[in-house]
Amino acid sequence: MTKKKIRILIAKPGLDGHDRGAKVICRALRDEGYEVIYTGLRRTPEEIIIAAIQEDVDVIGLSILSGAHNVLFPKIIDLLKEKEADDILVIAGGVIPEKDIPKLKKIGISEIFLPGSSTQDIGRWIKDNVKLKSL
Amino acid sequence: MKSLKKENFSQKDMKKSLIFWKKEKYDKATHSDVNKKRDFTSISGKKIKELYTPLDLDGFDYLRDLGFPGEYPYTRGVHPSMYRGRLWTMRQFSGFGTAEDTNKRYKYLLSHGQTGLSVAFHLPTLMGIDSDHHLSQGEIGKCGVAVDSLADMEILFDGIPLDRVSTSMTINPPAAVLWAMYIAVGEKQGVSPKHISGTIQNDILKEYIAQKTFIFPPRPSMKLIIDTFEFGSKEVPRWNIISISGYHIREAGSTALQELAFTLRDGIEYVEWALERGLEIDEFSPRLSFFFNAHNDFFEEIAKFRAARKIWAEVMRERFRAKNPRSWWLRFHTQTSGVSLTAQQPYNNTIRVAIQALAAVLGGTQSLHTNSLDETYALPSEEAVTIALRTQQIMAHESGVANCIDPLGGAYFVEKLTKEMEEEAKEYIRKIDDMGGMVKAVEFGFPQKEIADSAYKYQKAVEKKEKIIVGVNAFQMEHEPISTLQIDESVAKQQLARLKEVKKTRNNTYVKQNLLDLQKAAENDENLMPFILNCVKSYATLGEIIDSLKKIYGEYQEPITY
Repeated sequence: MTKKKIRILIAKPGLDGHDRGAKVICRALRDEGYEVIYTGLRRTPEEIIIAAIQEDVDVIGLSILSGAHNVLFPKIIDLLKEKEADDILVIAGGVIPEKDIPKLKKIGISEIFLPGSSTQDIGRWIKDNVKLKSL
Repeated sequence: MKSLKKENFSQKDMKKSLIFWKKEKYDKATHSDVNKKRDFTSISGKKIKELYTPLDLDGFDYLRDLGFPGEYPYTRGVHPSMYRGRLWTMRQFSGFGTAEDTNKRYKYLLSHGQTGLSVAFHLPTLMGIDSDHHLSQGEIGKCGVAVDSLADMEILFDGIPLDRVSTSMTINPPAAVLWAMYIAVGEKQGVSPKHISGTIQNDILKEYIAQKTFIFPPRPSMKLIIDTFEFGSKEVPRWNIISISGYHIREAGSTALQELAFTLRDGIEYVEWALERGLEIDEFSPRLSFFFNAHNDFFEEIAKFRAARKIWAEVMRERFRAKNPRSWWLRFHTQTSGVSLTAQQPYNNTIRVAIQALAAVLGGTQSLHTNSLDETYALPSEEAVTIALRTQQIMAHESGVANCIDPLGGAYFVEKLTKEMEEEAKEYIRKIDDMGGMVKAVEFGFPQKEIADSAYKYQKAVEKKEKIIVGVNAFQMEHEPISTLQIDESVAKQQLARLKEVKKTRNNTYVKQNLLDLQKAAENDENLMPFILNCVKSYATLGEIIDSLKKIYGEYQEPITY
């Protein structure tokens, strides 16, 4: 039996157009053998959740550099719960002040990768945690 | 007499000596494996030789290739006196929260010796939507100052005489609207549009290429920009109608060369569209300005700035037959590189900023923004922004670098790099010419793809430690979180209340009529500036004005690729 590939949605909520990081991560994860879907820019929480469910992903990676994370992330998590899709792991990266991290983890963002994180570390984290979850 | 002759080495002698030195001295001294493994490429991946000599400048002609400052081809600077006549403008980009908050920060910066203003708008303004739009949730006042209507702009510049400061506004697809608001504030202060000065970024091409703040498709966007060229050259003669920007191209991951080439080709595209409209080359060209990035690789950056001036002078004189020397000048603003800052050990960023700023000054920039050490986390705190400004002041007043014009001119390495940068950029420009111009190239996705490839290559090089970033992939250590500027949600409440009040107290019949007139003018392909001015003066909001135009022009959808 062939093992099912891990599916990842890289999503850009917020109004900023900084997609360098999101695109580099999409390409790096794809090269490591993951199935990667990229939403494109400026997606609402609703659009992100619909895409995640339709694409049946294991992980949502949120990339945001606009400063709106404290408003948009809780919405995304709430919507996931509402749609009973909160088995999907949610991780995030971008310009996020360190003091916001504990709050965001508490509401259900599993991990936050700050600037300087390596794509290999992100890939490794995904592999370990998706495996852990499916045990 | 005899001994003097002996010192007059021929090129052949020099070549021989160099080969000997390389083989017998240099190669032996770098014999160890450690040295063999070291990477001697620039941050853009360009191979750098161990030594540059007069042999690298074969065919170099001082007057043709460099000339004197203020003289064609301006390699050494656009002004004859450069910083001896006037220092560069220290222009820190700032804006956050409400117009009241930012107005206070501007007055603080001006009182501390800053010499020009530079407005950062919040993302809804940059995207042409109002604060009460559903996409504005969580964004109000975060990345910059919230401006929805003329009412906000009046507060933003309250107590700041617009005939005495110059203001740069980073605004792109809705540039015409924000510029109209600024003109209107000036008129309310009793300052004629003829006497205000500043810059609007107004560069849509690099938005499709890199920064991705777009609204309309490329062609109507270009039309709107040429409207501002036409209006500006007649009505607002001291205004820089565009800041053709490489900054964002570089931040999105391009190499120094790609930044240079794409930016200059963008410039050529605007000139071609303006000529097609029937504008006179020497009427608008002196008001074109540029904006570059200053990244970490010191000499590569200096070469980039010098090559930029030389290529542009040639393009304007030879390709477009401009007669006015001012049309040949490439005047530019520089900002230090945001992406080069690290979240790890953030105080190290002050050193990066200083090196980058020095490259900008040695490259002959007209104005400079130095980034703050905390910007990988949030908008800068007042303390961080003060250190950034002081960095420029120390450079200007203590280091002595402003004493001499183009102090690196003539250095073998710098001249060779400049020459190579020039030749390779021209190659790229030709390639885009062959595609049918930059709008076409953007539609093909050519520059987008080139940049994404460079960004990915660089990231891989960092992960393989071929490129070292201090504190990130080497010399790591734990650090205490630093305190950052916090924009609380009360900003949104205040902004929404003001917007509601504006919509209630203005003459709504008049607003509606002005918006309809604008729409009709867009349909008839008229110059939209006078119509936009009427709209803003009646307190039509930015979102309302842009929505009217969306009805005619549609919206751009970017193909999703990575």
